[in-house]
Amino acid sequence: MTDTARQIPDRLQSRASRALRSWETLLLAVAVAIFIVNSFASPYFLNAWNLSDATFNFTEKAMIAFAMALLIVAGEIDLSVASIIALASTAMGLAVQHGAGTPELVAIGLGVGLLCGAFNGFFVTVLGLPSIVVTIGTMSLFRGISYIILGDGSFSGYPADFAWFGQGYVFWVITVELVIFAIIAVIFGILLHKTNFGRAVFAIGNNPTGALFSGIRVARVKFILFLLTGLMSGVAAICLTSRLGSTRPSIALGMELEVVTMVVLGGVNILGGSGSIPGVVIAAFVMGLVTFGLGLLNVPGIVMSIFIGVLLIGVIALPRLLAMAGGKRRAR
Amino acid sequence: MTQAATPVVSMDAITKTFPGVKALDRVHLNLYAGQVTALVGENGAGKSTTVKVLTGIYRPDGGTIRIAGAPVVFANANAAADAGITAIHQETVLFDELSVAENIFIGHAPRTRFGLIDTGEMHRAAETLLARIGAPFDPRTRLRDLGIANKHLVAIARALSVDARVVIMDEPTAALSHKEIEELYALVDKLKSEGKAILFISHKFDEIFRIADRYTVFRDGAFVQDGLVADIDQDILVNLMVGRSVDRIFPARQPSLGEDVFQVVGYSHPTEFADIGFTLRRGEILGFYGLIGAGRSELMQALFGITKPAKGVCKIDGAIRVIRSPADAVNNGIVYVPEDRGKQGAIIGLPIFQNITLPSLNRTSRSGFLQLAQEFALARDYATRLDLRAAALDQDVGNLSGGNQQKVVIAKWLATQPRVIILDEPTKGIDIGSKAAVHDFMAELAAQGLAVIMVSSEIPEVVGMSDRVIVMREGRIVAELAGDALTPETLVRHAAGIGAARVMEGA
Amino acid sequence: MLRLIPLRETILFGAILLVLALISTRFAGFSTPTNLARVFNDTAPLIILAVGQMVVILTRCIDLSVAANLALCGMVAAMVNVALPGLSIPVIIVLATGLGAVLGAINGILVWKLAIPPIVVTLGTMTIFRGIIFLISDGTWVNSHEMTAAFTAVPRAVFIGLPVLSWAAIAVVALFAVMMARTPFGRSVYAVGGNPHAAVYTGINVGRVQFLAFVLSGALAGLTGYLWVARYAVAYVDIAGGFELEVVAACVIGGISIAGGIGSVGGAVLGALFLGVVKNALPVVNISPFWQMAISGCAILIAVAFNARAGRTKGRIILKSSEGKA
Repeated sequence: MTDTARQIPDRLQSRASRALRSWETLLLAVAVAIFIVNSFASPYFLNAWNLSDATFNFTEKAMIAFAMALLIVAGEIDLSVASIIALASTAMGLAVQHGAGTPELVAIGLGVGLLCGAFNGFFVTVLGLPSIVVTIGTMSLFRGISYIILGDGSFSGYPADFAWFGQGYVFWVITVELVIFAIIAVIFGILLHKTNFGRAVFAIGNNPTGALFSGIRVARVKFILFLLTGLMSGVAAICLTSRLGSTRPSIALGMELEVVTMVVLGGVNILGGSGSIPGVVIAAFVMGLVTFGLGLLNVPGIVMSIFIGVLLIGVIALPRLLAMAGGKRRAR
Repeated sequence: MTQAATPVVSMDAITKTFPGVKALDRVHLNLYAGQVTALVGENGAGKSTTVKVLTGIYRPDGGTIRIAGAPVVFANANAAADAGITAIHQETVLFDELSVAENIFIGHAPRTRFGLIDTGEMHRAAETLLARIGAPFDPRTRLRDLGIANKHLVAIARALSVDARVVIMDEPTAALSHKEIEELYALVDKLKSEGKAILFISHKFDEIFRIADRYTVFRDGAFVQDGLVADIDQDILVNLMVGRSVDRIFPARQPSLGEDVFQVVGYSHPTEFADIGFTLRRGEILGFYGLIGAGRSELMQALFGITKPAKGVCKIDGAIRVIRSPADAVNNGIVYVPEDRGKQGAIIGLPIFQNITLPSLNRTSRSGFLQLAQEFALARDYATRLDLRAAALDQDVGNLSGGNQQKVVIAKWLATQPRVIILDEPTKGIDIGSKAAVHDFMAELAAQGLAVIMVSSEIPEVVGMSDRVIVMREGRIVAELAGDALTPETLVRHAAGIGAARVMEGA
Repeated sequence: MLRLIPLRETILFGAILLVLALISTRFAGFSTPTNLARVFNDTAPLIILAVGQMVVILTRCIDLSVAANLALCGMVAAMVNVALPGLSIPVIIVLATGLGAVLGAINGILVWKLAIPPIVVTLGTMTIFRGIIFLISDGTWVNSHEMTAAFTAVPRAVFIGLPVLSWAAIAVVALFAVMMARTPFGRSVYAVGGNPHAAVYTGINVGRVQFLAFVLSGALAGLTGYLWVARYAVAYVDIAGGFELEVVAACVIGGISIAGGIGSVGGAVLGALFLGVVKNALPVVNISPFWQMAISGCAILIAVAFNARAGRTKGRIILKSSEGKA
């Protein structure tokens, strides 16, 4: 019955040809284009220190974006990440008032992040509620708790060595945050693309029922993903608080939407099932370049967001417009 | 019933291609007023594509559709509906949150002077339609509160409300009880007497010969033959479908039964099944028969760990095991090939090889890291063993035909080297050729020492393949049949509860 | 079979009454008709937007750009009023509503014709609309003394005991209640949300229904934009910042399912009223307003958990003994 001459090949196209036509390549081209435009637009652009400072535009958001990318690939979302930053930062500020040192602050920042992630995870995986509304709720709750603790005020007085995270440099011009960003990118890249766990994430995102019926512990995987976004929010909280040197309840307000923008710009399908970490890395650079370049031209932040908004919609709309134009000749 | 009458709808040389696949290749199909035409073909023959072309979901790439002789082009589903073509699908495709009347009239509700929906008139008209087809419920009922048979009735009422000329029925009896099926046949006769042209798609030969006047056979997207049902018989039809003579013979088996591998005692669920107990031996094929809704799939899903039983014990190779999740089940060598291939079986969006290796990743990977070479090797091995037809192993499993997707699902589970394999309606919706392949395969698995549980609603399959059959009714085991006691009559009697209640017969 | 929707709203109504009763024990003056009317008036913008968002969510979409839409239309209305003081207010209202509808149409077109997921579209337009406010106003504020008296008077003008702002909310609620229950469009919204696949088969154009939902949501946002800047007599870039999440919260608390197809105008109104009552009650019972955010957060979580439980079935009923239907 079997015909060895008709054996099924492993792949139809080479991996190289598939890579060439991918989203990441398109985005990389956009990134390069923006870089070139920026270098002509402002004389201050091609300066190592300025570029280094520019990385702050995206490093903290990207740290969260990597975890968020995995979560979105799995078909969920976490809109409470910025509020977790607020709560973690507030907790650290409280700890400082009670004389905590840097190691304790790091532990608290990460711990609060994990706890918030577990809280989200519980509602979504144990109670089975839709993550978008749960995290809209916790978004209010977590930041709300920060407001209850801090009100209108702020915490400062962080220990001097705490500033290393957000204000430190290694290897001359490379910031500590950039290094942390790179390490996290590599870890999440390996996690999503090279491990069984990552394969499970893709399976769940494509068909949660099918994944369950295939023996994947869907609830456990999703819970871990929420823990990860919580944890990364904690890491971002440490970096951001360290960089600013103070805490207000309004810290990182609105950041969740920038994180989601970064993930979607990176080619991750908001509906789940596909995406890549390299894509998110490039998207982080694209967003950083745009905001930095516009900043050099003294464009106000709020107008910058127009560019980001247009970029977000444009990058997704363009392939579809092209497909429509091409397909018009054929009858549907 | 004149041969020369103009068909109400005709498809002339219709072609429809998708990337890499020619779903329809210059096919012909004629539907006549007041007659039932059966569209017959294996899986992948092009039947569902035909339905989508007729209902305006797809535009054909070539050929002409004619209504009463005049060529038409359906720009969209609305246009087809306006032309009088409606379809009733296996899973009724309506709105649970709306009322029966709203479901019947959505898209064409009667209006008052101000453009608002005239609810009074709508309910009146709905009542009339429901009475016409003998439907016993209130048009104000929310659709969600009705059973599947009644939902079909609503769909038919809707077809009547748009004064459809053509009613397409796509496997409408799949989820119906015997009584409901007879009622449906009566309804079809009524629609015929009203002059509707009916396209009836079914895999069940007895159904085809019972209600169809004409037949059209497709094979691999091409037209093979059409004609009057009176002029052919089952064998000819099968021959046309498959292109070769296929005897409905099941593989001869010499079951050599080994020791008990799987034992279930007192399994109960609050609402789905109670007091389930049976033993399974190596090399055995245990059939589970029952009416739809008897609780067989629910039991199997509990055995597989999808749902949790309220009480009960299961033993594997004599040792008690607790199965709380599919992962537990797989670790204990129990695997489940589900009935719903698309949603529960295959993961569409992932490539074939990843589907096959998904439960076996801890064997192909190293310390949690993926090893693609090992994965491809494993996938290649099982793809060859099951004679899978696909362009490449890294293609999306969603591109495969139903029969091949089923092979991927089976391959996936065989790769875990299970002890017990549960197959839930394994040949449902699959063409005859592939059915025979699956049956041969099951026999081979049993011969190799696997224990096989087969849930099936097809009597020939149950009788032909099983060593023993357990019959379930309303969540309980009502009979265990084997040998001479295993006949279609006893199966049906126990499943429907005719005669004595709980009988244990064995050989 | 229990009809779950009225039950859900009845419970929510009960919860609101409970909160009112609790507050009245501390401060009897809260539940007087005058004060309740004031609370209603204060909540009117949220009610109007929640009704619009309900239509969008019913069609399985979401509109995160409503607050930015509101702010942009409000700023335009204010700037027009400053530039053309003679222009009659009804014209300005129509202008604001129309602009809101156009902005909503942009969202709608991207969702319909380019099939971009609504969360992505409205995330993008949210920032674009806000940015445009800055561009047209150059970051400056329009203050009350620059607006004409007529402009700011309209929302406050009292008419049979209630200000125009309240009447606007009542009118919108009534209009939409009729539309959702009795027009083909309204029923098609439920159809699209409940079973978009089936809706196609019945000839409903799913994309078009979603497009119209966005247009309606945008129009209401535009209208509310005028009402907001006129009532608070100020227009600047950041007005209604973050309000879109309050609007979604109102819908969620009101029992509108994020999965689409389930929800009602009554629910949206009650959800908005719940948030409004809590917001107004806090200062009265001496709870610092800083608790408001946390309380809304809890309310959302409780509402979602409750609504999900209510809709869940406990497995198929197969055993005769476990009852249900035969």
